[in-house]
Amino acid sequence: MDKDKVAIVGCAQTKYEEDKIDLTVSELVFEVVHQLHEDLGITNDDVGCVITSSNDFNDGRTIANMAIQDAVGSVRKSESRVSGDGAFAYVYGAMRILSESYDTVLVVSHCKCSEVNQYLVNNSIFDPFYQRHLGLDQVSSAGLMANMYMQKYGISEEQAAKIAVKNRKYARDNPYAHLQKEISIEDVLNSKMMAYPLKELDLPPFSDGAVAMLLTNEAKAKEFTDTPVWLKGYGSCTDAYYLGHRNMTDLVGLELAAKEAYKMANIQNPLKEIDIFEVYDAFSFHELMIYESLGLCKKGEGGKFIDDHFESNLPINKSGGVLSSNPTMANGLIRVAEVATQLMGKAGKRQVNNAKIGLAHGMNGICSQGNCVLIFGGE
Amino acid sequence: MTKHQTAIVGIGQTKFRSKRRDVNIPEMIYEAVRMALDDAQLEPKDIDAILIGNMDHFEGINFSEMWTGIDAAPGYLKPVVKVATGGTTGSSLAICGYHNVASGIYDKVLVIGWEKLNEGGATTGIITAFDPVWERPSLAGALGPLALMAGMYSAKYGITPEQAAKVTVKNRSNAANNPFAHLQMPDITIDYVMSSQVISYPLRLHDCCPQSEGACALIYANETEVKKITDNPAWFHAVETAHYYTFGTDDKMYDLPTATIASKKAYKKAGIKDPINDLDVAEIYEPTSWSELSWTEALGFCKPGEGGKLLDEGITQMSGELPVNPSGGVLSTNPIGATAMVRVAEAATQIMDRGEKRQVPDVERALAMGFGGSLWTELMILGKEPMR
Repeated sequence: MDKDKVAIVGCAQTKYEEDKIDLTVSELVFEVVHQLHEDLGITNDDVGCVITSSNDFNDGRTIANMAIQDAVGSVRKSESRVSGDGAFAYVYGAMRILSESYDTVLVVSHCKCSEVNQYLVNNSIFDPFYQRHLGLDQVSSAGLMANMYMQKYGISEEQAAKIAVKNRKYARDNPYAHLQKEISIEDVLNSKMMAYPLKELDLPPFSDGAVAMLLTNEAKAKEFTDTPVWLKGYGSCTDAYYLGHRNMTDLVGLELAAKEAYKMANIQNPLKEIDIFEVYDAFSFHELMIYESLGLCKKGEGGKFIDDHFESNLPINKSGGVLSSNPTMANGLIRVAEVATQLMGKAGKRQVNNAKIGLAHGMNGICSQGNCVLIFGGE
Repeated sequence: MTKHQTAIVGIGQTKFRSKRRDVNIPEMIYEAVRMALDDAQLEPKDIDAILIGNMDHFEGINFSEMWTGIDAAPGYLKPVVKVATGGTTGSSLAICGYHNVASGIYDKVLVIGWEKLNEGGATTGIITAFDPVWERPSLAGALGPLALMAGMYSAKYGITPEQAAKVTVKNRSNAANNPFAHLQMPDITIDYVMSSQVISYPLRLHDCCPQSEGACALIYANETEVKKITDNPAWFHAVETAHYYTFGTDDKMYDLPTATIASKKAYKKAGIKDPINDLDVAEIYEPTSWSELSWTEALGFCKPGEGGKLLDEGITQMSGELPVNPSGGVLSTNPIGATAMVRVAEAATQIMDRGEKRQVPDVERALAMGFGGSLWTELMILGKEPMR
């Protein structure tokens, strides 16, 4: 891949919240597309093509992208839909720039998952023959993973709770975040048990929202902004499907995806060289596992890492992460948008000083099965 | 034009049948994957990334790529991405594969479309694609809008049911030459089509495509890799997509403007001035007999309203100047998530001169079309030589 050839020139996000019942999916998407047009001073004619990300089960509609054609302005244009996490839609959009087929690509992701029975949606990810009837969903399988991880490496529930506390604290500085109330370690430990060792506050809420961004090439970037954000590294890797076929105590797929992305971006020491991380923290323990897979600490030392850095201003999920806002399918593209906003220096109260290199992580499937790691750089 | 020249170097198709009870979903997909890998003489380790798709609701499996991309294809520890856009799923995947390679991100990718409809409900699924307030009570599903289109088209241009029936006769007798095709009817007659049951006026049973089970797999490579694999690839000359209104009924319904928009752009990219002369074969996505006539107009093969005449003159027959659907088309085989990819696979087969009994002589350039969603069109033009 050629580095520094694809630019993010603008991002727009809705406020994430439960029960956005006043807006249809199409209106929700139009909100971010319109905002992006306003911010960049562009019209629909400036958009070459559109890549969207959505999920039919969450939308309750087959061909869910059919509903948002007017909202994304794809009339007489090409639109295609990645059925999965928004980070993968970003990658497809970047490919359309790199193939030199389009000068600009609008990438949009949306989800109204608070309207949906998430047990049914997530139970349907499991195969219909062997696993589905066990009643597994994203919470119970995350519980299995967290328990195995905890047992193998001696991680404590308090250490995991610190992740929820950190991310919720950060969320207060993010005007888009869904849950903005600060919580304590005791609150997490005393919250309702969902799937041992996961309590209610170890898990994300269900949020509605949408995110959009405009991508362009080297020649055009400066026409839109003085602060384009460039793609420097990319890696993607998918783990085994059956939970029993996986090493549940380490995120193998994420580790390999990160290695590939680091190699491409020429990063030797991620903790030192990367200024801002936005990772897909599907549950509190998961973020500890992500630290290990991204090479921020050694295997099994995720708990120690948060103990050491809990009081410092760790630049990981300054947005509040998925634990604070969770419009599931959009999570990966929100990570990309948050990193881009930081690198543009436009992150307001959550801004990390002098952020030059950032990492965004997207995820598909159950327990980090499909992973995407993206490294970005500012001007 | 494009960053990296991209070609199809391996093709796999399962046998398509209404019920493939002999295999489960991953086993069925693996049939096509194995065939494509063998065709390109590649091993699973040679593949950089997997693109796979179907329609979630048809089989009731969410994130189906997380299962099928690993258990039916060599996706373990590789990138696996799902693209799904309804009827155009197969062509959207094929176009996504093109961008994966043409961007320089991957050297060799495996692209797979599949559907196993008998294990779900296609119509139940399709109905939910339509707006719950405005469309679902009136014009939802596949047959209703297609019947309306056929009726409007017939009324506008005086196309007759006989002309429509001739499309089915052409395509299903072509299908008899295609070992993969679902409905192979060498002796089908116009009377047989016209005496079949009315499904939704003016569509009769044999004016409509079947529901099929099966999978299609394609392997793409860039210029450097192609040289190591084959001296007979099918190169991409143009890929193009056009969408239109969210609500199909905002459209005029008697034509297909997206096919006109997309074909004009694709022909320009590929340097095609007169499609009848400059293209050698077309595999188009005709969900009904009527739609093939209308789509040939929209693609510029003839003037608006002359689709019937084009067929009557024999131009789209196997012996004609521009054979349309030598494979038997969608009227013969329709595994939804794979249907539009089968068009690409068949166009590539023709370019590679490997069509055996369905081969059109001397194919230099071929057109493949996908149709779906709210009347969207996707087009690919393939050629024997790389596009310069």
